[in-house]
Amino acid sequence: MKLKTLQRTMARAVMQPLTRSERMRQTAPNGKPMRSYAARFVKPNDRLTSFERLEIYNRQYWFRLLSSMIEDFPGLRAALGGRRFEEMCKAYITDCPSRSFTLRNLGARLESWLRKHPKWAGAKQALALDIARLEWADIEAFDGKAVPALRPEHLAGTTEARLRLKLQPYVQLLSLKYPVDDLLLEVRKDDEDTDFASNAFQEKRKRKRVQAVAKLKPAPIFLAVHRIDYSVYFRRIEPEEFAILSALRAGEPLGKAVGAGLRKTAIPLDQRAASVQQWFQNWAALGWFCHL
Amino acid sequence: MPANRFNGFSEYGIGIGLRAPHYNHILTRKPVCDWFEIISENFMIDGGRPLHILDQILEQYKVVQHGVSMYFGSAEKPNREHLRRLRELVKRTRTPWLSDHLCWGSVDGRYTHDLLPMPYTFEAAKITAQKIGEVRDFLEVPVAVENVSSYAEFHVSEMTEWEFLNEVVERADCGILLDVNNIYVSSQNHNFNPFDYINSVPAERVAQIHIAGHSKYRKYILDTHDHPVIDPVWKLYERAIRRVGHTATLLEWDDSIPSFQEVHDEALKANRFLSSTLLAAAV
Repeated sequence: MKLKTLQRTMARAVMQPLTRSERMRQTAPNGKPMRSYAARFVKPNDRLTSFERLEIYNRQYWFRLLSSMIEDFPGLRAALGGRRFEEMCKAYITDCPSRSFTLRNLGARLESWLRKHPKWAGAKQALALDIARLEWADIEAFDGKAVPALRPEHLAGTTEARLRLKLQPYVQLLSLKYPVDDLLLEVRKDDEDTDFASNAFQEKRKRKRVQAVAKLKPAPIFLAVHRIDYSVYFRRIEPEEFAILSALRAGEPLGKAVGAGLRKTAIPLDQRAASVQQWFQNWAALGWFCHL
Repeated sequence: MPANRFNGFSEYGIGIGLRAPHYNHILTRKPVCDWFEIISENFMIDGGRPLHILDQILEQYKVVQHGVSMYFGSAEKPNREHLRRLRELVKRTRTPWLSDHLCWGSVDGRYTHDLLPMPYTFEAAKITAQKIGEVRDFLEVPVAVENVSSYAEFHVSEMTEWEFLNEVVERADCGILLDVNNIYVSSQNHNFNPFDYINSVPAERVAQIHIAGHSKYRKYILDTHDHPVIDPVWKLYERAIRRVGHTATLLEWDDSIPSFQEVHDEALKANRFLSSTLLAAAV
């Protein structure tokens, strides 16, 4: 058997989902018995059959990738429940196997996949999508690129009509249907606390978390996921702020971006200038603008 | 045997893996440690805290890069994005050498994120050696390949694991990161004498040695890096050191990670064997 053929044959078996009892399936990817599939290329030894040796890798693959998803999406897990979340992850990983050298990117396609497969979240679909988006934005904000901040001298000689402000690549802008920022912070707090808690206390926490998810009502929010001193923060922003920042990110000139942001605003006309000034002051203080 | 061309002629002592639970201790207490090994992939990112921490570590300590997903043995071309990011990191750390595993883990662009065992064939050796050469030429830094722990063997194999390792490193003209714990684990899983392995390794190519703990199950051993080093592994280390001389040594501890001091103390046990080789050399 040539190298590439062997690797394809083994990878198909290793990446095939486990049974409910977390064992290797009896049926191989080609529909034939897995015992004969494994025996074709894996040698048995005096303690393990070919099937059992291959199974070690099959189990390691799923344990490793599921652990990574659990670590990256604790909020979604809290929303769906542990068992359903794991079943969803298995389906997701089967449909979207990792195409990156790093597990950091494993969940990159989760939100778009979940959108196409609403059965996993059922009635909580909108909530689940919001949490998945926030948790992925959190990852992007954590290790996203930062470039030198904008300084006044960078603006010299530019007219307002032509001025384009660029946002730091790590700043993530989200428009969400649910206030999932609070939920995620709560879940994380629980996770930190339960490291030192008894089983009974953990169960109580778990129930509390499920109740918190069940009670969460839709309430549209706009978020900037950003970082200060290398820690990620969720900052709620006004709809107008979201619109202006989104327009700037899309490359619109400053004047046009502000115009787009205020198009549907309910802010009284005489207060708009002050609001805009305050927003820009805040964004600049947070270091969100960078040099082109 | 002193430092050689496969470790950039660098004289390193005993190091430990740089792991997140120890960041605070290292940055605030600044403990003495000869060097740290980083998992390259953890820092092949665009920015944020991990790179900030790394830069602080680089100001005070020697750092060597160790990768887990280059997959020299995969029958496909190296991932260009991976190489580009790795080169950026090499520039940042100025690592004197770089290591990754003699294994495969991706096929048709799909990653298993595991260190899958090689079939020990001449075809695989040729493909693997070619890829190691491509990576070394692109990164312009000496490369050492690490033997992995394995739980399966293949019918198509034409030689032993150590013969395969020798075939690959001779063809690629690269170094070896000799993991004595992996040799022990595989020897138990595949019923061979681990000293045969150690005795066959080309000593002049050993750039670095890994030591670690593992987990024993009823029918096999798993390389889990979550325990102290056991005596049989120290005996293999002793034999390896006698053969290859004073070599940069690193303790891996990746799960159930104890305090920095505990991990470092475990690593420093290697001094028992390293000092005897220095003494022998002096005499």
